[in-house]
Amino acid sequence: MTVYLVGLAALCLASLLAATLSDRYRLLGAALVGVAGSLAALVGAGRVLLTGHPVALHTGAVLPLTGVDLSLDPLGALFVAVTAVVGLAALCYSVGYGAHATPGRTATAMLPAFLATLLLVPAAASVATFLIAWELMALTSLLALLGEHRQGPAIRDAAQWYAAMTHIGAAAILLGLVLLATQVGSQSFAAIDAHHRQVPAPLASVAFVLVLVGFASKAGAVPFHVWLPRAHPEAPSPVSALMSGAMVNLGVYGIVRVGEGLLGGGELWWWLVVVALGIASAFFGALHAAASSDIKRLLAYSTVDNMGLILIGVGAAGALAADGQRFLAALVLLAALFHLVNHALFKGSLFLGAGALQHATGTRDLDHLGGLARRMPATAVLFGIGALSISALPGLNGFASEWLLLEGLLHGFTSHSAITEAALLAGVAALAVTGGLTATAFVKALGVGFLGMPRTERASEAHEVGPSMLAGTALLAAGCVVVGIVPGIALPILDHAVSSALAGGPPRALRSGIGLDLASLSGAVDPALVVVGLLGALVVARGALLLVPRSAELRRPRRAAAWGCGGDTQVPRSEITATSFAEPLQRVFADVLRPDHDLEVTHAAESRYVPEAITFRQRLDDATERAFYQPVITAVAGWGRLARRVPNGSVHRYLAFGFVALVLVLVVLA
Amino acid sequence: MTLVLTSLAAASPGFAVRVGTSVLQVAVVAVAGPLLLGLMAKVRARAEGRVGPPVGQVLADLRKLVRKEAVRAEHTSVVASLAPLVLVASAMVATALTPLVTTHPVLAGGADVFVVVYLLLMGSVALALDGLDAGTAFGGMGSSRAMTIGAISEPALLVAILALAVQARTSNLPAIVTATLAHPGWVASPQRLLALVALVVVVIAETGRIPVDNPSTHLELTMVHEAMVLEHGGPDLALVTAGEAMRLALLLGLVANLFLPWGIDSSGSGGALLVGLVVLGAKLAVLAGLVALVEVSTAKLRLFRVPELLAGGFVLAVVAVTTGLVTR
Repeated sequence: MTVYLVGLAALCLASLLAATLSDRYRLLGAALVGVAGSLAALVGAGRVLLTGHPVALHTGAVLPLTGVDLSLDPLGALFVAVTAVVGLAALCYSVGYGAHATPGRTATAMLPAFLATLLLVPAAASVATFLIAWELMALTSLLALLGEHRQGPAIRDAAQWYAAMTHIGAAAILLGLVLLATQVGSQSFAAIDAHHRQVPAPLASVAFVLVLVGFASKAGAVPFHVWLPRAHPEAPSPVSALMSGAMVNLGVYGIVRVGEGLLGGGELWWWLVVVALGIASAFFGALHAAASSDIKRLLAYSTVDNMGLILIGVGAAGALAADGQRFLAALVLLAALFHLVNHALFKGSLFLGAGALQHATGTRDLDHLGGLARRMPATAVLFGIGALSISALPGLNGFASEWLLLEGLLHGFTSHSAITEAALLAGVAALAVTGGLTATAFVKALGVGFLGMPRTERASEAHEVGPSMLAGTALLAAGCVVVGIVPGIALPILDHAVSSALAGGPPRALRSGIGLDLASLSGAVDPALVVVGLLGALVVARGALLLVPRSAELRRPRRAAAWGCGGDTQVPRSEITATSFAEPLQRVFADVLRPDHDLEVTHAAESRYVPEAITFRQRLDDATERAFYQPVITAVAGWGRLARRVPNGSVHRYLAFGFVALVLVLVVLA
Repeated sequence: MTLVLTSLAAASPGFAVRVGTSVLQVAVVAVAGPLLLGLMAKVRARAEGRVGPPVGQVLADLRKLVRKEAVRAEHTSVVASLAPLVLVASAMVATALTPLVTTHPVLAGGADVFVVVYLLLMGSVALALDGLDAGTAFGGMGSSRAMTIGAISEPALLVAILALAVQARTSNLPAIVTATLAHPGWVASPQRLLALVALVVVVIAETGRIPVDNPSTHLELTMVHEAMVLEHGGPDLALVTAGEAMRLALLLGLVANLFLPWGIDSSGSGGALLVGLVVLGAKLAVLAGLVALVEVSTAKLRLFRVPELLAGGFVLAVVAVTTGLVTR
């Protein structure tokens, strides 16, 4: 606990340094102290994870009336550790990211402060502490998001959406937790956990639904996700990495902590709702990711998709636990948490890689990029690792956790409740469908962004980014490879986290490969051996070609112009763009995506069969935003306009208001 | 219920034999793939009243191609040289894991349904990136179309095989085949039949045959796979063709053994292995002939009608799993 607290203190110090040091040392000083702080937090959390013993602390010195309760159990420590790793990479990256145009003091100071609050939330052990940490996180993340606000009005718009959504969510969580605390008569998590049976079932359900709304909006679950594809792209890239790799995780943490922990599992339908949210998010997120041309927006929607997959796992675990299948529940929860860890690794590195692209070319629009693999080879390799991991190719970490999740859901088919089985089947189908869509989205990002010819001048003048940015990205990408080849190393840690989250038998240590051998259904994979096999097969295929007798002259590959239908110049304008790459898929799923097309053809004056100019515009708005949010916003704005008529500037009217209010108060008091 | 560490199998006796049979499988598929392509061309030609090229034509073409100079397009990166190799390597590993000739391939313990499906996905992703690498209009268009079709066919493939996994209570491919051998009645069960239809649709899409894609077209409006690999020549093209042929043989062999596993070697003896080899050859030839006949008798679908066909396959696969759960 001490090491963890020292880490938090160091991050606060880093924030302070960033606010006070001169421009020259600001970034480096904050990053160095911050890196040390996140390492300390990682060590503190790692100790809890490896031993499985929780640590706790109560102090009355900080908050009057309630005091601060902190406790790190393996579940919380897992989230602290994941956050610390992403934070480490983001801080390291921020040195190079801010080097050219040093960001303002507030922006620099907010990165370590945001990280500190992210580390604090999973350790909070009472309602008051939790809500304060949550609110601090909302504030610091909002300020961190506004870091580059001078660059355009889109950031302000994103920040407004984010602020509104996060506060509606926080209000729902506040209501839910306070409801529980008043029913139990104590605000400490331990007391609520111990006495949750005193809470009448309907009230417990109300409390769960309230916190679910709050946490699901933080996790970016559809339909509460609208802030996410706005805020994540507009934030500075280290902040985007922290938001997508660490902050959204806390939504999942909240659902597990309150649903499984404080309320002890609750009722079946709670978890079916979670599965439904997960399925909607996975499908909708994957589809939008496949259709987006803005690389950071694509990544943001892919976060919605992956959070959906994790929620499917969490919901399935809850449903199985409610059916009394504790062991299967633990297995599925383990798979979901494993995917969460992997998502933090690959999405963190992808956002940092996308930041490098933006840094080098000044744009996030894939339609304006291309050919960057030659100009930024290191970034291309790192982004490629992330993109292939998230597409779940064997040998990388995304495959390991998706395999375990699919396998876990399959095992659930032996459950004896028909409705749970139906939910699991829908989950499996969603997982399968998003797999193909995700591969499409990331082939597009990688292929259109890094391969082919540069589509604009800025892309052709791009340069590789500095070593600190590459190091930050490489740290996370290396994690993807290592966990992908030997997924076994992550499993003992996850084991402890799951056993602290769910009462009942956790799946016990799995080593080297990942294997399951249950009476109901068996299956095993060993990614390390698949990788060895692939490398061997590559050598064999290459070797077979070398054995063919050919003259040395013929062996050397020759470069020649690509086929240009008889023309001999190849121009970037004829290359496919990200928008046109996604067009077939967008047309197939037009009912869900509902794109807006606008085609204008100007005809030549001589003949209307000869077009003079054709303009085509396409907008791809979020359909949920149009369906659910616009009516609410219009209604609220309408009420606002109506209310504004009341105070019309007339002094007489205000005096009348005062008089009526006084009379009312007197009447009430009498 | 206990969870166990997947055995490396290295210590177990017969490991060398298993490696041998897996290598045999890869070799068989590597030769059978091009022969199947040749056979299908022959069947199509005969059905259309032509003589057609000899069955060994594709093999002869491959032999010619590997002797040629490698020519790559100007703007290509390392992807253009790596992607054909990755396609072949992923098909080789998938073949080594799949029960085609024998139910005891090497690493049978790790021969999971998902690994095979995702290894196939790895090949598709490599090809799609390859299509974008040269920066030409055709390549990109082909990649875009191939990924769109793949985005719908991959899930259908996965769920269709899952229907069998749920029935056999294992996601291990050799174990599914062994269980089918032990329960012949399963072959006629409704979930099998539904899954079979779904799988056939998927296999046609994944291997780029009519009515989804026409392998013999070079018309820009219709080509999918050919557009992606248009920039390849010489040894690279040989690798791509060999890889695609292996995937065709692998998928047809998988369908054959999942639904009619009889004849496959389950004892590991030399004689049984030989029988397995011959029977596999016969099954592949019959299936390839059927696919060729379908190709002759149907017209290619419009590109935007293809997703409807595949979505139908996906729905059938989901219904198959549901049927399996209900009738259990």
